[in-house]
Formats: sequence, C-alpha cells, structure tokens
Amino acid sequence: MSNVESVAQAEVPGAAGVPVSPDGGPEKPRSLTGDAWDDLRRNWIFWAAAVLVVLVVVMAAFPSLFTSADPDACALSRQHQGPSGSAIFGYNFQGCDVYARTIYGARNSVLIGLFATIIAGVIGLIVGMAAGYFGGWIDAVLARGIDIVLGIPTLLAAIVLARRLSADPQDTGFWAVVFTLGVLTWTTGARIMRSSVISAKNQDYVAAARMLGAGPGRLMFRHILPNAAAPFVVVLTILLGVNISTEATLTFLGVGLKGNAISWGIDISTAAPYVRETATPLVWPSIFLAMTVLAFIMLGDAIRDAFDPRLR
Amino acid sequence: MTDIKAEIDVLPGLDSSARLLEVEGLHVEFRTQVGIARAINGVDLHLDPGETLAILGESGCGKSVTAQAIMGILDTPPGFVTGGAIRYRGVDLLKLPEEQRRRVRANHVAMIFQDALSALNPVFPVGWQIAELFRVHRGMSRQDARKRSIELLDLVKIPAARQRINDYPHQFSGGMRQRVMIAMALALDPKVLIADEPTTALDVTVQAQIMNLLAELRRERNMGLILITHDMGVVADVADRISVMYAGKVVEEAPVLDIYARPAHPYTKALLESIPRLDLKGQQLNVIKGLPPNLTRIPAGCPFHPRCAYARDVCRADPSPPQYEVDPARTARCHFWTEVVGDEPAVK
Amino acid sequence: MLVSKDLDMFRYFVRRVLQGVLTFFGATFIVYALMFANQDDPLQALAGERPLPENVRQALTERYHLDDPFILQYGHYMRGLLTGDFGISLTNRPISEMMQQAWPVTIRLAVFAIIISALVAVTAGIVSGIRRGGIFDTTTLIITLVLLSLPIVVLAPLAQLLFGVQLHWFPATAGAEPGFYQLILPAVVLSCLVIATQIRVTRASVAENLRSDYVRTARAKGLANRRVIGVHVLRNSLIPVVTLIGVDLGNLMAGAIVTEGVFNIPGVGFNLFRGIRTEDGPLVVGFVSILVIVFLVVNLVVDLLYAVLDPRIRYE
Ligand SMILES: Nc1ncnc2c1ncn2[C@@H]1O[C@H](COP(=O)(O)OP(=O)(O)OP(=O)(O)O)[C@@H](O)[C@H]1O
Ligand code: SF4
Ligand SMILES: [Mg+2]
Repeated sequence: MSNVESVAQAEVPGAAGVPVSPDGGPEKPRSLTGDAWDDLRRNWIFWAAAVLVVLVVVMAAFPSLFTSADPDACALSRQHQGPSGSAIFGYNFQGCDVYARTIYGARNSVLIGLFATIIAGVIGLIVGMAAGYFGGWIDAVLARGIDIVLGIPTLLAAIVLARRLSADPQDTGFWAVVFTLGVLTWTTGARIMRSSVISAKNQDYVAAARMLGAGPGRLMFRHILPNAAAPFVVVLTILLGVNISTEATLTFLGVGLKGNAISWGIDISTAAPYVRETATPLVWPSIFLAMTVLAFIMLGDAIRDAFDPRLR
Repeated sequence: MTDIKAEIDVLPGLDSSARLLEVEGLHVEFRTQVGIARAINGVDLHLDPGETLAILGESGCGKSVTAQAIMGILDTPPGFVTGGAIRYRGVDLLKLPEEQRRRVRANHVAMIFQDALSALNPVFPVGWQIAELFRVHRGMSRQDARKRSIELLDLVKIPAARQRINDYPHQFSGGMRQRVMIAMALALDPKVLIADEPTTALDVTVQAQIMNLLAELRRERNMGLILITHDMGVVADVADRISVMYAGKVVEEAPVLDIYARPAHPYTKALLESIPRLDLKGQQLNVIKGLPPNLTRIPAGCPFHPRCAYARDVCRADPSPPQYEVDPARTARCHFWTEVVGDEPAVK
Repeated sequence: MLVSKDLDMFRYFVRRVLQGVLTFFGATFIVYALMFANQDDPLQALAGERPLPENVRQALTERYHLDDPFILQYGHYMRGLLTGDFGISLTNRPISEMMQQAWPVTIRLAVFAIIISALVAVTAGIVSGIRRGGIFDTTTLIITLVLLSLPIVVLAPLAQLLFGVQLHWFPATAGAEPGFYQLILPAVVLSCLVIATQIRVTRASVAENLRSDYVRTARAKGLANRRVIGVHVLRNSLIPVVTLIGVDLGNLMAGAIVTEGVFNIPGVGFNLFRGIRTEDGPLVVGFVSILVIVFLVVNLVVDLLYAVLDPRIRYE
C-alpha cells in the first residue's frame, strides 16, 4: 500500500518523449487546454491508463457485459475446482465462480474509491481554499490542523475508525470505509489547493481583478480556481487509486467490507490461506485490483507530467 | 610541497619554453534538440605569465564556453569540442587522456565563477571544500589540509580565518564568498587563472576590492589571468590585452590602450560607444542595435553584418573576414578595418 | 559568529520540537477520539461481538476511566501510554509484554527492508538521474510506477505464492523464531512499498543537483567524476531522500501488518493483524496507539535530522 503523500512527493515525470525547451529554462505555467493537452496526447502512458480506467469503469457499471455467471451462486461441491469452459478462472473455497466474482468486484472498489475521493476532495478544497485565500490566523490554524492530520498514519487510524463505524454486523461496511478514507486522506489535496491559491492570489491579473472590484466569490471561482485546478486534479486522480488500494487492505484485514459483499479484498483475504491448494482465486482478484490502482496512478502521473515538464 | 607538485604534475611533453597558454582554432558546438548551436567557431587566444587577458563580448557570445573548454568542464553532451588545440606549455590538453587532463585542472589551470553562492557546495563548510583539493591532489592529512586552508583564507584576506573555516557558504557575504572561491582556485598554485565574471554579482565597492585582490595575487604569483566580463569599464584598469568575441569568434585582439584609443573592428567600436561615461552624462548612449545571431543559424559572411554600420556586399557573402594584422600586436576580423581605425571614435 | 550560528540552530530545534509536541498531542487526541468518542457503549465496541462479563466490563471501565469527562479520559490514556502502561488484551495478556516479544522481530524486519530499499533506490536513482531518458531510466520509471500501484495485499500473498509455494526459493511462512533467511522474502516485499518513491525522489534530486553550479566547480577542482557524484552530488541529493523516512515509516507500518500476517512473522504487525481479526479491541487500541506514537516521534527526529543535513535550513 502506498500512500498519496509518497506518490505525490515523487515529483518526477514518466517516460514519454516530450520536447524540452532548448535551454531547459523555466516554463511558463501551463493552461488546462493548450500545450499540456498536446503533451498528454503524445504520451503512451496516458493512453494506456485511459483505456484501463474506461475498462474498469465499464466493468463496474455493467458487469453483466463481461459475464453471465452469478457471483453469488456458490456451491461447496465445486470447491477449488480448476478453470474450465464455464468458469475460466475456476472456483474458490466456497465454490463461487472466481471470474464472475472478480468482474463484479470492480463495482465496490471503484465506488468506494470514487466516493471517498469526493469527500476528501471537498474537504481539501474547502480547507485549502480558506487557508490560502484568507491567510493570517485562519491560515495558521488550518495549516497546523493539516499538519496534525498528516501526522496520523492513515492506515492505523483507518483501522480504528472503520472498525468503530461498522460495528453493526449486518452492515456491509461500505459507507464506513468511504467515510473513513474520506476524512483521513484530504490533507494532500488541501495542501496543494492552499499553495495554488496563495500563488494565484499573488499574480498580477488576480490583483488587477480585485482592484476592479471583483468580490471574493467571483475572484475565487473565476480567477483563482481555474489555475489551481490542474495540480488538484492530479492529486485527486492519484488519491483515487490509493484509496482503492487502502480499501482492499482494510477489507483484507477485516475492518473494511464484510459479510457477503463482493470485493477483491475479501476474495484475496479468503484465498490467501489456501494458496497451497489452488492459486487462481488469489491471483485473479489480485491482478484486477493491481491493474485498477495502476490505472488511476498512471493517469495522475501522466497528467502531472503534462503540466509540469520541468524534469524531463 | 613543490617537490610533490613537480612529481605529481609532470605532463608528458611539458616544455617550459613554450607559451603558457595558446588556444588555436577552437570549435565547440552544442547538439540540442532544436539543432546544432555552433557556440565557438575558431577562437584563437594566447596568454603569458603575469599577464591579464580580458575577454569581452555580449551575453551569449561564447566567453564562458571558451573558458569551460579550456578547463575541460563542458557539459558533454550536449557540448562537444569539434576542432582546434588548447596548448599549455606546449602540451595539447585536448589530446591528453582524461586522468591527466583532470590533474591539469586546479594544478595548472584553475577557474573562478560568477556566482560564488551557487558555485560553492551548500552542504560542506568552506574549509572542507578548500581542504579537499589538498587531500585529493596532494594526499595530505586532514589536519595539514586544514592548516593550509586557513593559510589560504588568510591570503585572500578573510578576517578570522581560523573560525570561519567551519562556516557554510551561505553564512558569508557575497564578497567574502568570492574570496573563498579565489582561495580555492589558488590552492594548488596554478599558472593560469580563469575568472568568469568574478564581480558581476557584487556591489560596486566590493567589485573593486575583488579586482584589486586578483591583480595583486596575479602579480605576486606571476600567473596568467584570463578575465571574462562584458563590462568594458572594469577592463581598462586591470587588463593588458583584450580579446573581443562575437558569435563564437575573436573579432579583435589588441593591447588595452590601443583598443580604447582606436578600435579596429566596428563591433568593438560600438561596444566602446555604449559605455556610460561620467563626462558625457545626459547624452544618449549608442546602444548596439539588433541582436546577436542565433547560433544555430549564423549568417553567411561576417556574422556581424546585420548590425554593422560599415557593412557592404562583400561582408554578406562567404568567406567570413580573415584575421587581418592591424599591427604586429593586433588583429581584427573586418574587411574594412583600415576605415574603422581611421575613423574618429563617436565619443571622445 | 559561532554563537549566533548555534543560536540559530537552537531556535530551529526549539521551534520544531514545539511544533512536534503540538502535532503529537493533536494527532493522539484525534486517534483517541476515533477510538472512543461519542459511543453508546464503547466497551461493547471494544469487545466486538463477544459477550462482555460484568467483571471485565468493570475492569475496562476503570482502565479507560469511562466515567470521567472525555478530555480527562484522554489525559489518563496518554499518561498510561507515556508511562508504559498499555493495557491488557481481551485474552488477558498485558500488551506491554506482547510488545516486548514482538518489537525485536519487527525491528529486524523493518531494518532489513530499509537497508534493501535504500541500497537499491539510491543506486537506481543515481544511475537514472545521470542518464535521464536512457533505457535504464525509462525502465526504472515504469517499474516504479508499477511498484507504486501494487497494493500490499496483492504483493505479499502473490510473492508468497510465487517464491514460497511454487518456486520454493524461500520459506512460505517464517515461523516462530524467524532468522535472516526466513525474513528475506518478507523484507523484500516490505521494501517494495517504499522503494519506488525513494527511487523517484533520488532521481529527481540527482538530476537537479547535476545541473547545479557547484558540480561545475567540483569538476574544475580536478576531482574525478566518481568523487564529484559520490561525494558532492550524493550528499546534496540525499537530503530530500532522508526526509522521506518519516513518510516511509507510515507505509512500512501499514505494510508490516499485512506482510507479517501473511508470512506468519510474530512481530508487532502480526499481533495487530490477529487482534483485528479476533476483534480484540483493547489490543488493537493499545498497539495502534504505540505505533502512532513511534511514528510521530520518528517524524520529529527526521525533522531535526534535516537541519543537521542541510545547513541552509537552520536559517530559514
Ligand atoms: N549547456 C549548454 N547547452 C546548450 N547550449 C549552451 C550550453 N552552454 C552554452 N550554450 C550556448 O552557447 C552560447 C555561448 O554561451 P556562453 O555561456 O559562453 O555565453 P557568455 O558569453 O558566457 O555569455 P554571458 O555573458 O551571458 O555569460 C550561448 O548562446 C548558449 O546558448
Ligand atoms: S566585415 Fe563588414 S560587416 Fe563585418 S565588421 Fe567589418 S564591415 Fe562590418
Ligand atoms: Mg558566461
């Protein structure tokens, strides 16, 4: 499990060939549309990531496109049967179709990742903007608050929080995980937003707009946000991947999704003790999980490279 | 100490009767993604012991690249020496194996840089950075090297050298930092010192102190000093000779007084006319019109012709002007140098 | 001069320690609140679905001072932690005793993982940073991307399956007294969690430092390339890498829970892993609290170390 802080810290571009300015001098900040999009289009990592993301999202939305089998139709009589024409990945310990469960597992991962990231994004946006825009003591207090939350190891706190939130054994734990991840992972977004707003605020055109009498709301949404958007989107894209990864870890440990929820984390966790007998129930959900996380992190990485090509 | 130096630093073919430093037909190009930038296109220079040669020219004309090529510290890639010779006491440095070339640096030819703050390593104390030279090149013990570093800081007149040796570069003022750089360059007693705009980053008063220090040390040690600058005002007091560079070539070379009195190249003349002068306060300066050429597309003929008041058709066609001998101690690369020398300078 | 220098350093230290203390209490308070605040029956929550006999309930109420106001409860909790009293698990073993047995194993594993990752990351990062855009660099960047994306719950079981169960290169589980050989595979798995970021940061930092003026000066001093990179560039490049240690530690702790669980290594992570699965609330609370404290303390130390490594920072 990586955390978004370490991914975001790795301020290094990917591997595609984007032209450098001849003297390697500082580039002007890039707009969301122009050069950055040109770079992005030529980056194969971006296209690989985009294809994967689309695939996973379609799988989450319409799993029945990929399989006609029922992931809940399990029969102990088929326990650990190997791959066959009807179940190409074989059957797991409970005799469920591994392929069907793997396909249907995408939905929970993607939804939890998405909702948790939206919560984190909204908190990060509000806290970061408030700190950056108002400055002064508000900034001092909020920045300290960000530091404190950043000082809490995410997974450890998630274990205690998720455990508490889903104490009800009937519950699948879906919202508990969403909420847990949301409230613990907003800090990176908040920091990015804060520094973007501070630097945007000091730019001439914003000062000019303020002089012309633009109110705080108008300033924020017409002038400051558009410029702060790019790095924020990058961080949230990566965070989406990281959240999916953390969800699987929590579920694996037993404090995430529970009971009869269909989830890669649960499948990995139930298959792991039986790897000596059969490998496929472990391998396939693992591969799908890894590819999903990879897709979002790659996407974020590629977008960041397009906006910040300094270190090529 | 001198024995060790003699022992370590013997270069095969070193001839003490040959010229101290002689650069001949040097070519350097940068192979970048937007094309090949021909930064140096046949530079000739020479330097004798105890002499100060100033290299002048606009930004981007290749002064620093020339210095880096002499030192052998070009960024390769993208920079490549593609022709010419750099002879130190008769030894062509370009033909030396890397290991020997490396020993020439600091031992025979040393260099100081414009911005001492970024040129010194921020995480090591200055004393350590000076002592490193003695430890690496002379195999001295930590203590001996440290003692020598203190002596050097004393030599460049840094107060309380013994205490300041443990300070980091950012703890010094700009002038003091440049003194540290000088101390470092002089540590191994080089015969040639290249100073690449040593005072550009400093206050005017400090500039003079540093220039005086350099002149004094050059005299005491009988070093050859190459002083790179684009400030013609600085040069007049300290330099013996001047080489004026334009688009990677030396367009005029002459003793300092001659050049100030009667420039032989239109570019030099224009440079002189652009110096602000106290006696002409309030008068419009003649700034050179136009821009230096793009080094990936240097114009045919004389590279200066698009900006030259004397230019005629012959200037616009190849070959570019050769080195004309103005007098036995002077050269100029202008077809019409006689005309230029004859003209009264626009300001007197 | 000397005096003012030391004073700057001292000021920096004091400021950082004060900030650290604030973060420490803020973070532990939040974690405590996450555990206990606003619950109808915190004790039942601690115990999960198990029935809670009245005597245990009483002992726990006393233990967590649940009759006191919340802020006082937190005070008692912190005092307990800081005096080494971490409570008793539902299986009736003192948590401090379990810790004592578990720490050495986990520390061995973590140090092993850190050594592996540091060696690989610094080497790969330097080579990549020097030859940017080359084949090695491109390959390394793709590998780091994959490593960054591999969840530990994928990495640990798959590594066990491939190298333990199928290829038999390493033991699939480590056993009660794991030695060097038993720890190799888990340590490699754990190092994968931090290696990618370390490589990327080293690479970026080496690339940036190589372009700096002091490298040119070092060359002009006639130093061999080996020394220019190995001493001058490396020393500067490691500054941001060292500051990663703090973040890395959080990843390692998270990773150790899963890794030790999968490979059956009787360390801190394994205890926590088992505690979660057996719904042993007091054990989870105790272990998590200690890990959070270790994390915070290490981060503070790293902050201070940063000032030692980078002389410029003391003056900011
Ligand atoms: N590392 C490099 N890569 C590409 N081009 C370079 C590099 N270094 C120098 N050049 C090119 O070589 C030319 C000469 O540069 P140089 O640094 O010698 O100029 P200069 O005369 O020292 O100017 P200044 O007065 O600004 O220092 C410049 O036009 C520059 O574009
Ligand atoms: S050769 Fe012609 S263009 Fe060049 S400097 Fe002389 S007069 Fe001017
Ligand atoms: Mg220069």
